[in-house]
Amino acid sequence: MERILTRWLDIPDLRKLNVYLDNGGYKALRKALFEMKPEDIINEVKNSNLRGRGGAAFPTGAKWSFIPKDSKKPVYVCVNGDESEPGTFANRYQFENDPHGIIEGIVIACRAVGSHNAYVYLRGEFTVQQRSMDAALAEARAAGYVGKNIMGSGYDVDIWTHKGAGAYICGEESALLESLEGKRGYPRNRPPFPAIVGAFGCPTVVNNIETLSNVPHILNRGADWYKAIGPEKSPGTKLVCLSGHVNKPGLYELPMGTPLREIIYDIGGGILGGKTLKGVIPGGSSFPVLNKEETERAIFDFDSMRAIGSAMGSGVVIVMDEDTCMIDMLLATAHFYHHESCGQCTPCREGTGWIEKIMTEMEAGQGKIEQLELLNNISDNMVGNTICVLADSIAMPVKSYVTKFRGEFEEHIRLGRCPFKNKNGSAQQAA
Amino acid sequence: MPKLTIDGKEVEADASLNLINAAEQVGVEIPHYCYHPGLSIPGNCRMCLVEVEKAPKLQIACNTRVAEGMVVHTNSAKAKTAQKAVLEFLLINHPIDCPVCDQAGECKLQDYYMDYDQEPSRFPLPEKNRKGKAIDIGAGVMLDQERCILCARCTRFFDEVTKTSELAIFERGDHNRIDIYPGQPVNNNYAGNIVDICPVGALTEKEFRFRMRVWYLHRTASVCGGCERGCSIDIHHHRGRIYRFKPRFNPDVNSYWMCDEGRHSFPGLQNETRLTSPLVQAKDQLVVEPWGEAVRRAASIIADYKRTFGGNSIAVVVDATSTNEEAFALKQFMKTTIGSERIAMLSWSPPGTSGDDELLLRANKNPNTRGLAALGIAGDGLDGLAAAVASGELKMLITFRADLVRALGEQEFVRRFGALDYMLVLSTDANETCQMANQVWPIAAYPEIDGSFTNFKGRVQRIKEAFPPPGNAIAGVEAIARLGKALDGVERPRSADAVFAAMASAEPAFKGMALATLGEHGADLAAS
Repeated sequence: MERILTRWLDIPDLRKLNVYLDNGGYKALRKALFEMKPEDIINEVKNSNLRGRGGAAFPTGAKWSFIPKDSKKPVYVCVNGDESEPGTFANRYQFENDPHGIIEGIVIACRAVGSHNAYVYLRGEFTVQQRSMDAALAEARAAGYVGKNIMGSGYDVDIWTHKGAGAYICGEESALLESLEGKRGYPRNRPPFPAIVGAFGCPTVVNNIETLSNVPHILNRGADWYKAIGPEKSPGTKLVCLSGHVNKPGLYELPMGTPLREIIYDIGGGILGGKTLKGVIPGGSSFPVLNKEETERAIFDFDSMRAIGSAMGSGVVIVMDEDTCMIDMLLATAHFYHHESCGQCTPCREGTGWIEKIMTEMEAGQGKIEQLELLNNISDNMVGNTICVLADSIAMPVKSYVTKFRGEFEEHIRLGRCPFKNKNGSAQQAA
Repeated sequence: MPKLTIDGKEVEADASLNLINAAEQVGVEIPHYCYHPGLSIPGNCRMCLVEVEKAPKLQIACNTRVAEGMVVHTNSAKAKTAQKAVLEFLLINHPIDCPVCDQAGECKLQDYYMDYDQEPSRFPLPEKNRKGKAIDIGAGVMLDQERCILCARCTRFFDEVTKTSELAIFERGDHNRIDIYPGQPVNNNYAGNIVDICPVGALTEKEFRFRMRVWYLHRTASVCGGCERGCSIDIHHHRGRIYRFKPRFNPDVNSYWMCDEGRHSFPGLQNETRLTSPLVQAKDQLVVEPWGEAVRRAASIIADYKRTFGGNSIAVVVDATSTNEEAFALKQFMKTTIGSERIAMLSWSPPGTSGDDELLLRANKNPNTRGLAALGIAGDGLDGLAAAVASGELKMLITFRADLVRALGEQEFVRRFGALDYMLVLSTDANETCQMANQVWPIAAYPEIDGSFTNFKGRVQRIKEAFPPPGNAIAGVEAIARLGKALDGVERPRSADAVFAAMASAEPAFKGMALATLGEHGADLAAS
């Protein structure tokens, strides 16, 4: 398959402007500025069926079309590079290796929605990535691809990078906006939606890095070309973050709709040490876990994953072998969401901590069988009852683990210890 | 206006209203913690989740505007489950220390637990999160972080109303805590409001806590007498003592708030200096005498002066802390009974007191300057009185609530009024002016009487008797009526309602008004 988003693997130094230009760089931007009207750009992206890569899979063109056409306020484009879902590591490579691809996508998006200012929000730990992005921005600015009168078109777009302070929740678009404004990263109530009241009270588009990287390619090669890759309603390639107990973990660009078993066994080279598969966390730690049977029939695209009760999320595949303690996995997940809950909404603030407490007891073998029902009930009481989906992001996994790996919970309770650990509490090989 | 259905009841509500407000209109209570009508809507407590037909999930009533055809259920199975769930979540890390918590009895956690939950705890007690307790955050406010439900009403109040932002939420998740910034205590004149709006026992008032269980307190609607704003308040009292002032919502005067200066003004109304008996000067000392004796004595002296020197030998100085009814009764008394034109207002604020601020507080510390002015009682009349004393025309002075000696300073008082023959002082407290008096009559402070004040914008508001005055003190209107009757034998109205009615027919500024119909928000003076 032709590499599109990961062209840097075939083109050394793609991050440099001259190399980027030699390989068709900023051609799509020229087209967007000189040959297309803003509504043409939006229509082309709509026709491509491009969907947001951040996890929610919302159609990008539709999102852009929500921006009021005659806004008296400035319009902002915010680019979500907070990449902090456990299991994700795609955006960081993009920042490092293809910053101009991101910049070109941003300027095109700005042109489409009538924005002259874009902010790239990077997660707190992305120091190297910010440096890479800033270097590319300086090059692009000097060469007239960013700033005033871009390519002589009379259109201005300025782009700033902004690093968060390391909170997971700031990857949620409205918390990102609050953080960008210098406030505590609390998700906002909707309505109003960011398209009407976003950054600094103005209409705002928030797009994921990977989403925008697709845009120059769509403009260069057309919506029909794009739609032909993968399933028509969920087309394109996807950066897949493969990790866990596989022989060849890493970042892979794959067509949407690649079967999970192909990703694990063919691309990933199978389970580490020749062991058997136990399950997969698809999408990211916030989505329901899959057991072996589900994994082997799962097709990795937005709609197919939804159909089997999980999600493609941001393209994560965390593979777990037969010796993985699923209780420990869920404890680690619960710890993460407890730690990262912003604490704004009652059910999430209190529920995440409660779940972690129960899971700590479970993993230590101190749990009780009634607590399985309690875990389910706490989760039910969290789902859908909060401002953002962080509560769902732990509640849905909890329900999936309790349902699909109930036997492991029961074994912990029966033995009074973790069957995957020896008496000292360190990992042991299963008998 | 959109028509919608809430729990089967049809509501027609203004499109700007949310579901909590709309439900109120048909007597449906939607429980809520973080929502406060005077603040922005954060939607964080999740207590007001309701089922809205056709919505994919439960909606928070606070952030849902009414819409045509909306069908809302606040007590469906789904909504009830969510209410119980939120209460359970709120309580798992709450210390449940109601027996030693000052909020008990007016705590929304207690109330809603009884109304919407009543389930046993599923959370092990020893595992509760521990946070800071009994933290003095300044401005007389104590913080208990464990009782806090993080509704952020207090932080929003300081962000949005006072714009001082002394409080913030620190940490994250269930470690979240309200706190001040290190070394920067709360420092504004409206801090008491965060105690009022705190729905739980996290914020309590240093001066009030542990002094009285709230269920023993009676509430009487009144007006703060601290300045000419006249914030609507409730007086919380028990057995003749005031324990606290709380602001009462009045969109036309003070919204939901009041300042700390006014809030903490009540101790001045129940000092040990309160007068409890009429006094008369005898051999340079004030000695107690019964009311009958006191009234006869004053009446016979007034009659003497009137007969010998004419009505204008007698004057009255009425303080701007007097009610409209008191001022009107005095005005009538002077005009008809004494035949004197000499009536002056004393409207003064002690030097060094606070000035106007951008919210509520006013530099004029008198609650009724405007009311007296509306009755034609001049604020610059004191000079005329002093001149009349100097010329020998003015012999006798009646002061009503007016602490002339303190207002003018003793030297100035003696210079201007030292030549008076006789002074009758009607006062709540034994003050410096009483020391100069021939007779002192004890009258009620404003929490002890019915009546009205007119604020600086011309808003006439009712005050009501919370409890009777101490000892043998009587209402000012009653004292004037007794004196008048002793002079001319005419029975005068003694109730505030009746005096107000007479005032409304005699005074253009109060035309068409009645005390009973002022309502809880008061009414504007008739256009002049």
